[in-house]
Amino acid sequence: MRELTYAEAIREALRQSMSADPTVFMIGEDIGVYGGAFGVSAGLLAEFGEERIIDTPISEAGIAGACIGAALTGMRPVGEIQFMDFVTLSMEQLVLQAAKIRFMFGGKAKVPMVLRMPGGSGTGAAAQHSESLENWFVHVPGLKVVMPSTPYDAKGLLRAAIYDDNPVIFVEHKLLYKTKGPVPEEPYMVPLGQSKVVREGRDVTIVATSIMVLRAMQAAEILAKEGVEVEIIDPRTLKPLDMTPIIESVKKTGRALVVHEAVKMGGFGGEVVSLIVESEAFDYLEAPVRRLAGLDAPIPYNRTLEYHTVPQVENIVEEARSLAEGRF
Amino acid sequence: MPKQPSILTTWGEEKALNALKKMLLIRAFEEKAEELYALGKVHGTMHLSIGQEASAVGASMALKPGDYLLNHHRGHGHCLAWGGDVDKMMAEFLGKETGYCRGRGGSMHIADVEANNLGANGIVGGGVPIAVGVGLSIKLRKTEQVVIVMFGDGAANEGAFHESLNMASIWDLPVIYYCENNQYAMSMPVKRAMNIERISQRACAYGIPGVTVDGNDLFSVYEAVKEAAERARAGDGPTLVESLTYRWRGHSKSDRQAYRTREEVKEWQKKDPIKRYAKRLGLSDKTLAELDQEAKNRIEQAVAFAEASPEPDVNTILEGVYA
Repeated sequence: MRELTYAEAIREALRQSMSADPTVFMIGEDIGVYGGAFGVSAGLLAEFGEERIIDTPISEAGIAGACIGAALTGMRPVGEIQFMDFVTLSMEQLVLQAAKIRFMFGGKAKVPMVLRMPGGSGTGAAAQHSESLENWFVHVPGLKVVMPSTPYDAKGLLRAAIYDDNPVIFVEHKLLYKTKGPVPEEPYMVPLGQSKVVREGRDVTIVATSIMVLRAMQAAEILAKEGVEVEIIDPRTLKPLDMTPIIESVKKTGRALVVHEAVKMGGFGGEVVSLIVESEAFDYLEAPVRRLAGLDAPIPYNRTLEYHTVPQVENIVEEARSLAEGRF
Repeated sequence: MPKQPSILTTWGEEKALNALKKMLLIRAFEEKAEELYALGKVHGTMHLSIGQEASAVGASMALKPGDYLLNHHRGHGHCLAWGGDVDKMMAEFLGKETGYCRGRGGSMHIADVEANNLGANGIVGGGVPIAVGVGLSIKLRKTEQVVIVMFGDGAANEGAFHESLNMASIWDLPVIYYCENNQYAMSMPVKRAMNIERISQRACAYGIPGVTVDGNDLFSVYEAVKEAAERARAGDGPTLVESLTYRWRGHSKSDRQAYRTREEVKEWQKKDPIKRYAKRLGLSDKTLAELDQEAKNRIEQAVAFAEASPEPDVNTILEGVYA
């Protein structure tokens, strides 16, 4: 199958959605001539014009509000927040407006919008351009949260998000933009709320999100050589969360490790661990359920410090190995 | 001095009287709301717009069916002025399943989405950025609609106000920014909250027209909003209309009104927008009293409807969280 980068796959989802549906449009900072800070929308201005590829002033609350108002009145806007960090400036609109409008109005309105934003560290962008804030949104009823790890999922999930009738926070990862993978040319959707077993194994279950899926895959290769077979599950959609494959996997392996880049305290991993131990999988556990996540610190600028602030392949190897060997 | 043209001549009797009836209905609704609260029949708080009726009715009358409304939480009057159904309003106020929002929204969040009333907002200025999106949507869909977003003087000091007016201006969006300056953001007087005379002066920062009108004079409000709507429909972009008015009651039910004097309130009560308008119509006190009684009777019917309506079923709490 043809290969595309993660960024190209997102662009193709946008292009195909906009071509097929006049209600879909994009709005964000520097998405036009500049092509987006990470080049995701490159070329779309020439194809769709200024009316549908809307460059905005530096106004993140305004971008979110523009999406909400358009979505309420029949459009399917796709907003871009240049760095996930800047979504802090849109929070009122997202949390108190987008997420609640339908409920507050007795289910009589809908807000079909997507807000895309790149999160994550690893680019030397330091503390204010490297955040992983996805769990803030997981905590808000009315929002959906999507976090693809492959080009295939990025395209399919974005199309599903665009056609979902709810506000969807779509979290991309800066380090994933250039990664490649097979992507079908035709338009397709990956349904929201379906976890995926991306590698099968009998010894340890690893639940990983976004770029941590790739690192877990690398760790699994190393561990396989040692005879430790890791099963990896990518939730893909953090909310709604499909726990079934995770619970089934833990019943098989009896050992679980949750890996994400965001800070551990209050992070998504805590939720996954709780759901595992609240489920029937509890009876099958051979070891404590573990989490590997970002340190409780802002992302430092220095390359070495930055590297050691979030989980890396070797950390996952060590953590999974100790679980498999019964050292915990 | 030229003689002021009679509204009855300009509008015809039916339209002119309807405006008065709407104002009376709003006043009666809110006085009843206050009474129900005092009787302990209301679960939450409320924000009354008594004294601001002309500002709501004059603005709504200047717009057309199909136009959009966004407003904020002193919004009973806006919803009724927009043509809202009194029964559904009262049922919502009492938290009943038959209310506009099935009892989920309450006083602060009444919406009538079918009538393009996109709802009242409990966050000061929360609807102001949303107006950009509605305006953008109208522009992309190439319809002749406009959106009016009604907010208070307090919202004009929110950062989102700046983002919204700027964006609507650069894209010539059909938005009417309608600021009801009722002199206080809760307890903070406008004169202490900004260093300019008129909120409408801020329009010049966005390169759009800004006008201030006497918000207690229904006809002035109507004319200003009509002009803004015409400009918006012509593709010439947004206008900031400041409507000077005054809330007779406190900010909400917890307000002891220590920040203003009784004399000040009394002075403004002399400018009662309903009496002023009735006088301009040349109505007798008797006729006004009759119309007022009619409004009160209608409100009693609404209360009866609301009280007889069922409570929402506890098993439906999760309905409407997601589409």
